[in-house]
Amino acid sequence: MNALLAADLPYWAQSLLRVLGGAVAVLLPAGTIVYLFLFKMMSFMQSRLGPMEAGPYGSMQLFAEVGKWLQKEDIAPEKADLPVFRMAPLVVLVSTFLLVAVVPFGPDAYFTQFDAGVFYMLAVSSVSTLGILMAGWSSANKYSLLGGLRAAGQLIAYELPMVLAVLGVVIQAGTMDLQKIVLAQNGGEIFGWDGIGNPYLLTQVVGFVVFMIAVQAELTQTPFDMPIAESELVSGYMTEYSGFRFLMFFIAEFATAGVFSLIASILFLGGWGVPFSWFGWDSVDSIDNWMNVVGPLIMVTKMLVLSGLIMWIRFSYPRFREDQLQRFAWKVLIPVALGNIMLTAILKVAF
Amino acid sequence: MPKKPQLPGLVKGLGVTLNTMAQTLKPKSLGGGAQTIQYPHAKEAPPVRARGVIALREDNCTACMLCARSCPDWCIFIEGHKELAPPRRAGGAPRKVNKLDRFDIDYALCMYCGICVEVCPFDALFWSPEYEYSEPKIADLLHDKTKLGEWMETVPEAPALEDGAEKKKGK
Repeated sequence: MNALLAADLPYWAQSLLRVLGGAVAVLLPAGTIVYLFLFKMMSFMQSRLGPMEAGPYGSMQLFAEVGKWLQKEDIAPEKADLPVFRMAPLVVLVSTFLLVAVVPFGPDAYFTQFDAGVFYMLAVSSVSTLGILMAGWSSANKYSLLGGLRAAGQLIAYELPMVLAVLGVVIQAGTMDLQKIVLAQNGGEIFGWDGIGNPYLLTQVVGFVVFMIAVQAELTQTPFDMPIAESELVSGYMTEYSGFRFLMFFIAEFATAGVFSLIASILFLGGWGVPFSWFGWDSVDSIDNWMNVVGPLIMVTKMLVLSGLIMWIRFSYPRFREDQLQRFAWKVLIPVALGNIMLTAILKVAF
Repeated sequence: MPKKPQLPGLVKGLGVTLNTMAQTLKPKSLGGGAQTIQYPHAKEAPPVRARGVIALREDNCTACMLCARSCPDWCIFIEGHKELAPPRRAGGAPRKVNKLDRFDIDYALCMYCGICVEVCPFDALFWSPEYEYSEPKIADLLHDKTKLGEWMETVPEAPALEDGAEKKKGK
C-alpha cells in the first residue's frame, strides 16, 4: 500500500504536511462543533437565535471569541504549582492530537497506521485524565481539587465500559487496526448480501450505545458533567484558568468530542468507506484514488451526526449526582458490556 | 434507594428540545421563530404596566416630600420654595404654594420598588414602560425634573375602570 503522503516528498515535507493535517483534523471539527452545535443548535433548542452579529448568522463569532480569550490576562494563583499549572492544558490538548494520529480518513489518507490502533487509541485517550488531575491539583484551590478528583474518578470509571464496548468490535473484526476495521465493515456482507457492507452498528448495537454513553462521560458532557459542575464547583478544574490556557481546555474539550465521534464512526458506522460492492472493489489496493478525497468528507458527515447526538443529549439532560454516576458505570454499563463481549465471542466462534 | 431513571421520560426530554429547535427554525410566516428579539434591530414592546422608569408630572407635585421620605434608597432629591399665588376669590389673601425647584431621581440607586409612585397623594409620579435610558457614566443616571417630565409622554393611559367600580369623587 502506498501512502498518499509518501508520494515523492522528502521526509521533512511529509512531516510538515502531517503536522498541518493534524492541526486541521483537530481544530476544524472543534470549530464546527462549537459553532454548529454549541452556538446554534443549543440556542435553537432554547428558542433563541444565538450569535447573529459577527458575520452572516454569527459565523465569525468563533474568531471574536478566540480574539477575546487571547487578549485576556494569563492569571495564575499565587500558591499554584506553576510549571504543572501551565503544563496541564497542554497535556489535555496533546492527548487530542495523539488521538487523531491513528484515525484513518481514506484508503491512503491517514497520519499513521499500525496494528494496535484501537489499543493505542484507548491508551492515549486516558492521558487527558492526567492533564485534568494536574490542573485540579496544581491550582491550589479546593474547588479545582474537588473537580479534578471527581474527573479522575469518573474518567477511570467510564474508561472501562468504553474499552469493553470496543472489544466487541475488535472480536468481530478480528483486528485492532482501525483501517482494517473499516475495510472489514465495508467489504463485509450480511448473510451473503453485501448491499450495505456490514456496519457494526447492526451487530454491535449494544456496544455502540455503551460506547456513546462512555464517550459522553469521558468528555464530561452534561449528564456526566459532575467534574465541571459550574453551579457548585465553579467549573471544577478549570476554575483558575483564564485567557489562552482556558482556551486550550475549551478547544481540547470540543476537539476530543470530534475525534471520539470520528473513532465511533470508524468502529461502528463504517468509517470513511462506502460499501465496496457498489464499485466492485474487493481489497484495499483496488479502491479508486478519489476515495482519498470523498473519504474525509464522509468521515466529517458521520462525525457531525455523532457529535450532534452527543451535544443534543448534553443540552437536554440535567446532571447526574456523583453516586448515581459511579453506580451507573459499575452496575449497569460494565455488566452490559461484558455480556455483549461474551455474546459476540460465542457467535464469532459459532459462525 | 433513588428512583431509577425512567427511559420514556429520557426520550421525551430529547423530544422537547428537538421540537423547540424545529419551532425556532420554522419560518416566521408559519408561526415559528425564536421567543427572543434581536434587540438593537427590533424593539421589544414591554407590557403596558411594565416598571421601566418613573415619570413626573411637575404640575401636580407639591414638594410634600412623601416620596423622598418613603424611598428606601434615598434616591429622590427634592428642593422647593414657597411662593405667593394670586388669591382664589377677588379681595382674598394671596395663597401660599410650594414651588418645585429640583426633583431628581438617581436611577443608579433606584431599585424600582415603586413605593414613591404608590405613596404620592397628588398623582405626580407614574410608571412608564420606557427602558432605553442607559448611560456610559454612572453619574449621568441622575435625571432631573425636565427629563422625568419628558417621560410623562410615554406613560400609558390609565386602564378603564372595571364594571361596578366607583369613580373617585372629588374636585
